[in-house]
Amino acid sequence: MSEQAIHSPMPAQEAEPRLPWLVRARPYLIILPALLLLIGILYPFLLGVYYSFTAFNFKVPGSQYNFVGLRNYVRMFTDEDFLYSTYVTLAYAVITTGVELGLGLIVAMLLNRDSRVSKILTPMLIFPMIIAPVIGTLVWKMMMQPSVGILNPILNTVGLPSLEWAAAPQTALFSVTLVDIWMFTPFAAMMILAGLRSFPNAPFEAARVDGASFWFTFRNLTLPMLTPFIIIIIVFRFMDSLKMFDIIFAMTEGGPGNTLMTYQLTAYRTSIQFQRMSAGLPYAILLYIIIYIVSMYLIKAWGRAQRRAAGY
Amino acid sequence: MQHEKTQNRLLAILSDGILIVYFLFALFPLVWMVLVSLKSGPELFTTKFIFTPTIDNYIAILFGDARAAAGVVARQEFPRNFMNSLIASSGAVLISLLVGVPAAYALARYKFRGKEDLAFTFLSFRFAPELVVIIPLSVIYRQLGLYDTYFGIMWVYQLVTLPLLIWVLRSYFEDISPDIEQAAMIDGYSWWHVFFKILMPLVRPGLAAAALLAFIFAWNNFMFPLVLGGSNVQTVTVASLGYISSAQGFFNRMAAASVLASLPQIILALSIQRYLIRGLSFGAVKG
Repeated sequence: MSEQAIHSPMPAQEAEPRLPWLVRARPYLIILPALLLLIGILYPFLLGVYYSFTAFNFKVPGSQYNFVGLRNYVRMFTDEDFLYSTYVTLAYAVITTGVELGLGLIVAMLLNRDSRVSKILTPMLIFPMIIAPVIGTLVWKMMMQPSVGILNPILNTVGLPSLEWAAAPQTALFSVTLVDIWMFTPFAAMMILAGLRSFPNAPFEAARVDGASFWFTFRNLTLPMLTPFIIIIIVFRFMDSLKMFDIIFAMTEGGPGNTLMTYQLTAYRTSIQFQRMSAGLPYAILLYIIIYIVSMYLIKAWGRAQRRAAGY
Repeated sequence: MQHEKTQNRLLAILSDGILIVYFLFALFPLVWMVLVSLKSGPELFTTKFIFTPTIDNYIAILFGDARAAAGVVARQEFPRNFMNSLIASSGAVLISLLVGVPAAYALARYKFRGKEDLAFTFLSFRFAPELVVIIPLSVIYRQLGLYDTYFGIMWVYQLVTLPLLIWVLRSYFEDISPDIEQAAMIDGYSWWHVFFKILMPLVRPGLAAAALLAFIFAWNNFMFPLVLGGSNVQTVTVASLGYISSAQGFFNRMAAASVLASLPQIILALSIQRYLIRGLSFGAVKG
């Protein structure tokens, strides 16, 4: 009996499909609480999409059943400020992501040396990005303040004129992107530093022995191997700065005038401050669609870059 | 050879110099915040860096001051705001742990239909513009009576804490060889025993770090309590905006409040430094 069981391959093969129900359902059961929570998030999301097709105003009871089709979207696209809003949203995201990536790359490469200064400084990288963005912004706002601020006195000492910073339309975008760059360059630097430290030594040693120049090594070894890390930085920073709210709101609430009215700020002002729920939602939904498309593309690019980097 | 050595020395000094300049930029605002918080009223309007420090601002923030009691200036609600932040963030992390640990395990260990789609749906919470969810949620909350409640805030914080926990933990579970579980199962241990007595101790450091990072993100969040909370659950991030407008001329108070509101994150972040890279990149970069 027992001998037959050992010699016959049949029982082992049949065992798989005959797993008890509880074992087969186990992954779903384990993930069930998270699925329930997911519904609690997806339901408002779908409700929001529905509201964007109605004339819902929080102050007007029953207006959520007043279906108006695409009217809110048509109004958004034909709004005289729509193009400007698009411009500020994109400009903010491109400037901050670009500078953070470039500066982060330089800082990481300088930190990745055998020097006492870099050993002391590396742990301090996290400070700007770990405090609340609102609070970091308020500190900058104080520094830019005309009476107690420190930035204008510093500018004056080196012979430059005072600035009005976020209070003037000409320098408002510069001021908020400066805060973003201050806050999140450390994120880029930390990711790149982690990348640099994960590299195998051999190819760099070989390049050195062959007398390759710094630029040749950088272009042909460092940069291709860093690509997955760079994409991760872009995924986080570009997506986050497209929807940046905290820094802009704490600094100027979108002003002066409409200087910093990005999609996110416009959606907040219209739907929450003016309580015209349905009129602000198209901005948030458009932003959602943009972020969805860009992130899908970036995540695919990340997968490809990782496979390529692993091929070295 | 000698020439090359001097060149390398110069290069090293130049590199250190650039680093120091960058870190002056990165750390100066924080140092300035601490300095201002230690200044007395009259010294506030000078740009001096050397002055007699005072802890009056901290005392006023924590215990209130005479002028506030007399109604001359707005009462500082800092201790209450601080507690609100603490309650809301800890509660959010607890919910995320209860729900997220099993989910991360299932996503790491089992093959099932729709698995990757599900994982990406959780991740999309992190990247979607929050307003798409919280504008309608503000309507639902008012109907359900969840507006301005701790539970309401903890629930919406899941948008921040849950994707982080699931993705970071999933990467830690994936690092553990399934052979360990297989071996324990063959030895006759139950699934529960394997999970709690063998797997959990292995992921515990990563789990603790992910939970603390989720706590930091919840603590730092601003938009959710701004839209979905009122005076009952006002967190330090929302309250800090009030400090700067009500505290014209009281910037030293505001700075003291900022220092106190930032201390928890700085201490927590330093304690999980080894795990920060993986946490901040949602498991994508294994630092």
